[in-house]
Amino acid sequence: MKRTFLGEFEEIVLLVVAASTDPAYGVNVWESIQQATGRSITLSAVHATLYRLEEKGFLTSEMGGATAERGGRRKRFFTITSYGNRALLEVQEIRQQLWQSIPQEKLQSKLSFS
Amino acid sequence: MEKDQTKPPGWKPPGRKPPEWIDKLLKTFIAPHFREDVMGDLHEVFAIETKSKGPRKARFFYLLAALSYMQPYFIKRKPSPYSSTYLFSPEMIKNYFKIALRTLVKNKAYSFINIAGLAMGMAVAMLIGLWIYDELSYDKSFKNHGRIVQVMQHQTSNGITYTQAAIPYPLGNELRSKYGSDFKHLLMSSWTSPHILAFGDIKVRKSGNYIEPAAPEMLTLKMLAGTWAGLKEPNSIMISRSVADALFGEADPMEKVIKMDNSQNVKVTGVYEDLPYNSSFRDLTFVAPWSLYEIENPSIKTMEDPWRPNNFQIFAQLNAQADVDKVSARIKDVKKKNIRTEQLKFKPDVFVNPMDKWYLYSTFKNGHRIGGRIENVWLFGMIGAFVLLLACINFMNLSTARSEKRAREVGIRKAVGSVRNQLVTQFLSESLLVVAFAFAFSLLLVLLMLPFFNEVADKKLEILWTSPVFWMLGLGFTLVTAFIAGSYPALYLSSFQPIKVLKGTYKAGRFAAIPRQALVIVQFTVSIVLIIGTTVVFRQIQFAKNRPVGYSKEGLVTVYLWTPEIHKHFEVVRQELKSNNAIIEMSESNSPATNNWASTSGIVWKDKDPSLSTDFSYNNVSYEYAETIGWKFTDGRNFSRDFASDSSGLVVNEAAVKFMDLKNPVGENLTWFGTPVKIIGVVKDMIVDSPYEPVRPLVYSLANDMGGVISLRINPRLSGSAALQKIESIFKKYDPAIPFEAHFVDQDYDRKFYDEVRIAKLTSFFSALAILISCLGLFGVASFVAEQRTKEIGVRKVLGATVLNVWGMLSRDFVILVCIAFVIAAPVSYYFLNGWLEKFQYRTEISFWIFILTGLGTLLITLLTVSFQAIKAALMNPIKSLRSE
Repeated sequence: MKRTFLGEFEEIVLLVVAASTDPAYGVNVWESIQQATGRSITLSAVHATLYRLEEKGFLTSEMGGATAERGGRRKRFFTITSYGNRALLEVQEIRQQLWQSIPQEKLQSKLSFS
Repeated sequence: MEKDQTKPPGWKPPGRKPPEWIDKLLKTFIAPHFREDVMGDLHEVFAIETKSKGPRKARFFYLLAALSYMQPYFIKRKPSPYSSTYLFSPEMIKNYFKIALRTLVKNKAYSFINIAGLAMGMAVAMLIGLWIYDELSYDKSFKNHGRIVQVMQHQTSNGITYTQAAIPYPLGNELRSKYGSDFKHLLMSSWTSPHILAFGDIKVRKSGNYIEPAAPEMLTLKMLAGTWAGLKEPNSIMISRSVADALFGEADPMEKVIKMDNSQNVKVTGVYEDLPYNSSFRDLTFVAPWSLYEIENPSIKTMEDPWRPNNFQIFAQLNAQADVDKVSARIKDVKKKNIRTEQLKFKPDVFVNPMDKWYLYSTFKNGHRIGGRIENVWLFGMIGAFVLLLACINFMNLSTARSEKRAREVGIRKAVGSVRNQLVTQFLSESLLVVAFAFAFSLLLVLLMLPFFNEVADKKLEILWTSPVFWMLGLGFTLVTAFIAGSYPALYLSSFQPIKVLKGTYKAGRFAAIPRQALVIVQFTVSIVLIIGTTVVFRQIQFAKNRPVGYSKEGLVTVYLWTPEIHKHFEVVRQELKSNNAIIEMSESNSPATNNWASTSGIVWKDKDPSLSTDFSYNNVSYEYAETIGWKFTDGRNFSRDFASDSSGLVVNEAAVKFMDLKNPVGENLTWFGTPVKIIGVVKDMIVDSPYEPVRPLVYSLANDMGGVISLRINPRLSGSAALQKIESIFKKYDPAIPFEAHFVDQDYDRKFYDEVRIAKLTSFFSALAILISCLGLFGVASFVAEQRTKEIGVRKVLGATVLNVWGMLSRDFVILVCIAFVIAAPVSYYFLNGWLEKFQYRTEISFWIFILTGLGTLLITLLTVSFQAIKAALMNPIKSLRSE
């Protein structure tokens, strides 16, 4: 089955949006990713990914929630679409299968002192 | 976000705003559909970081973050969901042309003035362009034109350096033997002169040269029969196609024997294509070998001082590596090394004149090239440019004036959704249509005018139908004119606000007319300068023509002799002609009355300053010359058969007396190359050479040999043609081999004005067109103004204005413009014409009345042009004009 490929960073962003309890928008997604991964990420990368995901149909967005510190500008709130949900589930399923196919002994972390 | 909402709206944390310049940068770069939320997020992050890291670091990180947005994804604009207006949609363009045609047809008078005026201007420009092209391509038809030169010399006499093509006979061999490495060909040549060529009963008079055998190769003659090597034998001749057609018709001319001047038999060894009309050798209709000339004139080989007389020409082709200036420098002194010491005072500097400069740059003054016909090229180029400018100004004036009437159309178009660019396209395509009409029309005009123009300009021009350059220029010009003329209405009209023009409150500004007025002033300035110029040129020609000639030209006829037959039977012929009342007198001389072919430096008088170099014209005449020409003696007497000593007598003109500074000239003893001679009479000056220059000193002596020129004074009771018939029958009787040809002296004399008359005719033709174009334009503008002020005129008439009042009001504006134009034109034309007149020694003055008359004339024409419209407007019934709305 042909489906849209999800990159690693895209997957993370999509997961963060899906997991967010507050309405997700650029800044809080960015903060969540940095917290969750411990990586330092630029805001522009988050924005670009969010927009791309929207273009691909995994997310939808609407405008709202202007504040003074934003200079009166509205936020773009992203919500995951059912297509996005399905994509996440598929990814998870594939990963699950792959995980299960790994022989038990290989997963044992070997102690190596050499 | 929730906590933010607790703050009152408009609250701003002091000093917590990101730098504005970065925001500006972001605004310009980030595409609009990202701008709001991206910048909002950035600001939010900035606020967070200000709290956590302090404002300085926050600003720094803000800049970094902002820079990371400078990538194509964020910069690229989203395509608009609405299709943009398609500027060049075929439907709209069709509509533009339809409307343009309708506008043209609706305003027939305007369209006619517009198109005709522009077409005339373009036609003039095209004619002048063709003429200039022809002038510039003169002599370019020769393949070797870049290497062909003529050997010429500067000679100084009494401080003035003259430049001449005539060179002495031995110079050719001298150059060949000592400087031969510079020349590929070096050819001695005679002058191009008419000769009688006869084949059987067919006799034609054709001009050609005796020239050395390499001439056909140097001139790369296009051979129709035979080869370039046809002149090796002395008794051979190469003829042009026209001569071959005249002599042989359909028959093959090769190897046929022609009789030349009734003396030499020459065999045709080649036929070449006629040389092009715009070349220096256009009269070279046959080429005879130089060796034949030497056989016919054996005396040139036995001359006592062969370096003295300058009788011949040398044409040469330089070697590929030789440079004109270097060759000139090398051969400069070749003549000085050979002539006798007493002739060294003439300081003959020999030089080579390259063919590329023969035609356009061959005027020399004091040994320096100062120009030549190129001045005419500039003059006509300027005139052409100006006439074209006038036509373009007209076109612009009229189209802008017209366009204001179309404000409503613009309003409607805008109201139904036209964008500005569409209106610009519309007006440009409209002017393109008009200019294209004008271009087609101008081609037609050029076709019609070419025969007349060719005659006046002495050219064989034709439209270069096949030349891509011609079409490129034509099309390029059409486009440029259309663009310039159309740009003002296009840009100006398309800027109207539809609400205003549709409500009818649109009014042209106070200064809208100023560019138009300036253009009218330019037009009339140019026209007035041209009129004054033409007047002065004609006056100068008339002035020179009115100069007393010193003898009566009317009824005087010249016949050139080719064979000695008439000379041998001179007395019989003379008596027969006199007895049948054809003539009053007949005489023989060396030179005709209208020219001088001989001059001498050998005359010495008693008190002559030895350092003074002299150059007397001289003419050997028969006893009857005085009565034939009509000499007016101021002192002394004519040659007489009663005095044997008159064979060494001289009759001189007043200029000669003045030059020699003699108190009592008659009886004065002089020497002529050592031989004693005596002045027996002084005659009034006669104009022999240029009518613009002072008369040269001239001496007459009795001829003791054949003169070559017969002058006849026709019996005034007989008409010219009747007398000529009688003369011809008697000449034929004694000289049957030669076709009879007579020249009237008054016609020959008029030919002296040929160049000036030609220029005068051309300039008057162009000035007439210029004034016509200007008037057309004025007519159009006047009618526009009258139309614009219809209501005003109506109100004025209701309040009691007379027709005269209204006429005056409308005409005054234009009269003022023409007066301003006159004030500009008068000094400009004075300056240029003064410079032109200074070329002539005998010149007219630029009188005051020329300016007055031109000014008044222009004013009159202006008034006539404007009055038509003004009176029409003034006579209109005010009820009609006030009701029209």
